[in-house]
Amino acid sequence: MKFQGKCHKFGNDVNTDYIISGKYKFKTLDMNELAKHVMEDLDPDFYSKVTAGDFIVAGNNFGCGSSREQAPLAIKHANIGAVLAKSFARIFYRNAINTGLPVLECDTDLIDAGDVLDIDLSQGVIINRTKDMKIAVKPLPQVMIKILHDGGLAPHFRKHGGFNFD
Amino acid sequence: MGKTIIEKILTSHSGQECQANDIVVATVDFVMGQDGTSPLAIRAYENMEGQELFNPDKVALVIDHSSPSPLEGVSALHTIMRNFAKQKGCRIYDIGEGVCHQLIPESGQVGPGSLVIGADSHTCTYGALNAFSTGVGSTDLAGGLVSGKMWFKVPETIKFVCNGVLPAGVYAKDLILYLMGQVTADGCTYMAAEYTGEAIQALSMEGRFTVANMAIEMGAKAGLMEADEKTFSWLRQFTEQEFTAVSADPDAQYHKVLTFDVSELEPQVAKPHRVDNVSPLSEVAGTPIQQAFIGTCTNGRLEDLRIAAAILAGKKVHPDVRLIVAPASRKVYLDAMNEGIIQRLVEAGAAVVTPGCGPCVGTHNGVPSDGETVISTANRNFKGRMGNSNAEIYLASPASVAASALTGVITDPRQFMK
Ligand code: SF4
Repeated sequence: MKFQGKCHKFGNDVNTDYIISGKYKFKTLDMNELAKHVMEDLDPDFYSKVTAGDFIVAGNNFGCGSSREQAPLAIKHANIGAVLAKSFARIFYRNAINTGLPVLECDTDLIDAGDVLDIDLSQGVIINRTKDMKIAVKPLPQVMIKILHDGGLAPHFRKHGGFNFD
Repeated sequence: MGKTIIEKILTSHSGQECQANDIVVATVDFVMGQDGTSPLAIRAYENMEGQELFNPDKVALVIDHSSPSPLEGVSALHTIMRNFAKQKGCRIYDIGEGVCHQLIPESGQVGPGSLVIGADSHTCTYGALNAFSTGVGSTDLAGGLVSGKMWFKVPETIKFVCNGVLPAGVYAKDLILYLMGQVTADGCTYMAAEYTGEAIQALSMEGRFTVANMAIEMGAKAGLMEADEKTFSWLRQFTEQEFTAVSADPDAQYHKVLTFDVSELEPQVAKPHRVDNVSPLSEVAGTPIQQAFIGTCTNGRLEDLRIAAAILAGKKVHPDVRLIVAPASRKVYLDAMNEGIIQRLVEAGAAVVTPGCGPCVGTHNGVPSDGETVISTANRNFKGRMGNSNAEIYLASPASVAASALTGVITDPRQFMK
């Protein structure tokens, strides 16, 4: 899977309340509706600024806070191609893989807002076009690669009838 | 090589001798979902072509976050949960029964050595019962519902040794806020916390739940404690099931061991908008507040209400302050009634709302207005958490919240305890 897009930059500890506020997530399972409110408390115009395939780039501990899977789903439905951060909170990280939102751990200090990136997911390569440099990605654990390959945890279960990491 | 508590629990549940950083598939003893996460989990369950639950007796759904429903859309989601529970034969806790993290321990189905997953990040609360219990998302929950299993990376553990005796007027909440401030919001990411030492042993079970509850605020996968006579006698109120305590080996390997002495600790607060933005309460004493909230899975238990009522008894909440109280469960509510606690709170001017999450997550029951300041016993003070991103939230102990409700400004509770 290859992506190209521009970057929207955020700081450390972006929590799931900021990604999608609790006041919306209880109202509906319509992710396109939730997507309109993504990152609203940090940047009220965020949704309208995104072009399909853009990236969210953040510091440490992205997705901390609640277990709401609405967070990666709403990001995905806001047409974000991938989230890049120095580190992720673990529940968010699992949820993203389970629902097929690409998440990459890398040194995001090498990326500024507006930079254009090329990402090759299968090779685990990020090229910063604007700065003309290659950025190393921390590889995913094997189990997660397997789940991503199957298209998420639900397709993994349909295919194997349960967990199958052999 | 010796093992930590979590390594032992994951070994016994995976049938595989494991240690930190191994990946295992483990069987789960209990699976829980709440109304913010279960509807999506049910959708994922259908997507997995799940037929029967792995074991309906080990599954519970809880309607607590937006309960009773304030909106049509929420009602529709609650209906999905009720229908699913009826069809699959699992337990549903409906409106008025309480917060999931009070109800599941009260069910007696979780104890020392249990492995629990819950689609709510504060599932780490049951670590106070010497269980490995952790929050997951909806799709992982669905995987658990179908298979009774879940995959885990065995985490490294940070050990928190808390020595000394907490001074009067300083509580479990102050202790965990202090630890939060020390290790920060990502200080335990991808790791487990083990809390030990004489200050932890001295806590009531209620206080231990408060400490374990906030492990996730440090990014931890679990916040575990050893089991002792207090743990077992607390459990005996709810179950006859036998559990065996799991303790760490003396030569267990820790990522880090942090030692604290709590003897000089003052009341603490977490200031807006970060849980790790912690300082002694004295630094912000005098800050005006408009709303005070006592409740949640952190501090809505009987002991918390008792402490608050003792401060409020015979007095009146400040005229510029709204005090909201949400008992953590129906049992807590009834016990508090029997002790006259609810009477004292209501006489002081508290609005007591349905057992459940109350205004914690901003869906209903007390959304603050623009520019207002709230002092709350909850575990999160993120911007917008209570439903308004133009409000400020301070986190504190039930005693500090009660004292502040009386004076209208952030107040050290010890001045009401002389
Ligand atoms: S009380 Fe608050 S933190 Fe606890 S489960 Fe409910 S919403 Fe979450």
